[in-house]
Amino acid sequence: MSINRREFLRIAGLSIAGIGLSATNPIFRDSTEAIQVSQMPEALKAKRWAMVIDIRKFRTEEDYKRVIEACHSIHNVPDFGNPKDEIKWIWTEDYEHAFPGQENPYLPESLKHKLFVLLCNHCENPPCVRVCPTKATFKRPDGITMQDMHRCIGCRFCMAACPYGARSFNYRNPRPFIKDPNPEYPSRMIGVVEKCTFCTERLDKGLMPACVEKSNGAMIFGDLDDPNSEVRKVLSKNYSIRRKQELGTRPVVFYIIGGDENAG
Amino acid sequence: MYDGGKIILGIVIFLAIVTFPFYSNMGKAVTKPDPKLDTPEIKKLTEKKCVETKDFMRAEHMKLLNQWRDFVVRDGNRLYANAEGKLYQMSLQNTCMKCHSNKKKFCDECHKFADVNPYCWDCHLQPKESES
Repeated sequence: MSINRREFLRIAGLSIAGIGLSATNPIFRDSTEAIQVSQMPEALKAKRWAMVIDIRKFRTEEDYKRVIEACHSIHNVPDFGNPKDEIKWIWTEDYEHAFPGQENPYLPESLKHKLFVLLCNHCENPPCVRVCPTKATFKRPDGITMQDMHRCIGCRFCMAACPYGARSFNYRNPRPFIKDPNPEYPSRMIGVVEKCTFCTERLDKGLMPACVEKSNGAMIFGDLDDPNSEVRKVLSKNYSIRRKQELGTRPVVFYIIGGDENAG
Repeated sequence: MYDGGKIILGIVIFLAIVTFPFYSNMGKAVTKPDPKLDTPEIKKLTEKKCVETKDFMRAEHMKLLNQWRDFVVRDGNRLYANAEGKLYQMSLQNTCMKCHSNKKKFCDECHKFADVNPYCWDCHLQPKESES
């Protein structure tokens, strides 16, 4: 049987209409469609999360240790006991290395040897996000530079791009080196890059970041876009500096340094 | 036929290799996977219901988990409303495994049978199980 052009077009048209209709047919529908998800009602929200670190309030070794320990223990950060493989989300460094280019030989002696608490700066213009080939690291609408470990392929472009050394690579399986694993939080696997996340998992549950909570007021966390937030109040009253501003990454971790009074 | 003997021998060897999986497993009874739901946590529940229906979970749990992952990590949405409108925190470690605390008898049982190796546990911590 042969069909003429008119017949062919009629059948073709009907077939296309049929496919269109069947798209609403349940057998074509993904069974996990139309799911309802939402934020937790207690979640903390902001337009632009930021942190102020008042380094004057870090006086003893214990002050640093408490903050770092709080972060590393709840996030299952391994301790390989060797600086080459080190994984760090929050760490310390002296003035010269934290703020290169801003050192001078006549700084107060106390400041030269003062340790600064460093962490991911959650830049407004993050080079790590720009270079990530899989979008494993990305910018949340609230300004947090987040890592999706499921997507990380371990190419380490982000580590090369980050001017702050905030990213660490798992050269070895971290599992055996986690002292006291927190069962509420995942670990990482060999071959992925990790860093501070501003405790997104805590913010989403209405809690402040772990380091802020344990800092006794030395670290202040809040919304940079809200003129009444605590970070803005502190920033408007104190002189603050940021790490490597000249690079244009626009970091949102601010340091209040103070003068000689931070000796101690 | 040139070299007929060699060709026939070759075909016989080829068939023997190709059919090896079939005759080597012939007559062997394969034990059916038998995932267990008898954890102490589940026994304590008055209403023994998972996030979604049993059939849905059996067929679609991998899709559900993938979507949960993206909702939580990428969008920061942590609450899931199921078909009945009940809310659950989307978390493998803190929701799923809180009830199904028997990874070996619950997850691995079928995954081993189906020879699938999901990489969940490379990072996610599994609940502590007593060796039994």
